Amino acid sequence: MPKVKVPRKSTLIDMTAMTDVAFLLLTFFMLTTQFKSDDSVVVALPSSISDIKLPDTDIMNITVTKDGRVFFGIDNKNFSRERLLDKISAKYNIQFTPQEQKAFYLTSSFGIPINALKGWLGLEEVERKSFKQPGIPIDSTNNELGVWIMQARLSNPGLRIAINGDGNVAYPVIKKVMATLQDKNVNKFNLITNLEANPNTKYKKPEEKK
Amino acid sequence: MAELDTSKGGGHGKGKKKRGKKMSTRIDFTPMVDLGFLLVTFFMLTTTFSKPQTMEINLPVKPKAEDKADQQPSVKASKTMTVILGENNKVFWYMGLPTDDPDVKLTSFSETGIRKDLLDQDKMIKDMVVLIKPTDKSTYKNVVDILDEMNICNIKRFALVDVDPKDLDLIKNK
Repeated sequence: MPKVKVPRKSTLIDMTAMTDVAFLLLTFFMLTTQFKSDDSVVVALPSSISDIKLPDTDIMNITVTKDGRVFFGIDNKNFSRERLLDKISAKYNIQFTPQEQKAFYLTSSFGIPINALKGWLGLEEVERKSFKQPGIPIDSTNNELGVWIMQARLSNPGLRIAINGDGNVAYPVIKKVMATLQDKNVNKFNLITNLEANPNTKYKKPEEKK
Repeated sequence: MAELDTSKGGGHGKGKKKRGKKMSTRIDFTPMVDLGFLLVTFFMLTTTFSKPQTMEINLPVKPKAEDKADQQPSVKASKTMTVILGENNKVFWYMGLPTDDPDVKLTSFSETGIRKDLLDQDKMIKDMVVLIKPTDKSTYKNVVDILDEMNICNIKRFALVDVDPKDLDLIKNK
């Protein structure tokens, strides 16, 4: 009986298809990517069913951390940060060096009282990141958040305001932030939340699509 | 790995004619694939796909000092439902005025809790107004949750109000 010869197959595989897929994915990610901003603080957002998307530009971010510190951030499209720093510099009579200005343009959000701002911006980048930021004062006697909001709105009138608050922060802090906003005649703002399933759509279809 | 070895086929005509050795036109793709996947991984990990979701709220315009108190919008006591947010995610609610010694009920943020009560009351009372009173011990999450319940229950008339000392008395013993 003749032996059944099993034809030897090459163990080599054609990788071309895989390469194609890999590079397709690569191209996709490269084109769609938006880098995570290196936020100085982490907040655990509360969740809601609201699914309004926040625009990328013209956003002022007020971050409230778990321990009640308030951080202020603004995007730098159309150089609103430049104008903002100029305004603060003129109002408080603080001169910033070009290095300090550049550092300010590049930071995301910050929680530094204005009188300590110059010192903080003068630090090296690594030190600046590891610096424990005390938060922006929001007391009624020294409400610097109000100053920032006011000046930011002057430097970019189309600004939208988003509150990025930690779910576990006590309500009085948020109340103070909201009162500050109302004080500056900002009555419309957004609360950043995580998306959760709408219980109404679980069982039945929504009557109208937003 | 990705190279296809073709040297075996060249073994037949050995010694007959000396030709220039046929070089394989295949290139080893492995490093390129490695690099490709490395970059894919990098972009996958650093990317943020979803823009943050937001909930929009409109606060009423702050009354000016010269405005009189009676110009403030007033609502019928019988049509108001007051929701008080207490500590440890507790929710209290009652109908009507705090001075009328209302029946304060304790409930929670679950589907059968405040949501059911809101829907029931909303069905019974036309044009119900919900007054949300977060106490100092409640958290931001509670506030967002209750605003969210308003959206879920489709209640359009509600207001965030500062908590009253009377309200605190009402929930003290609960």
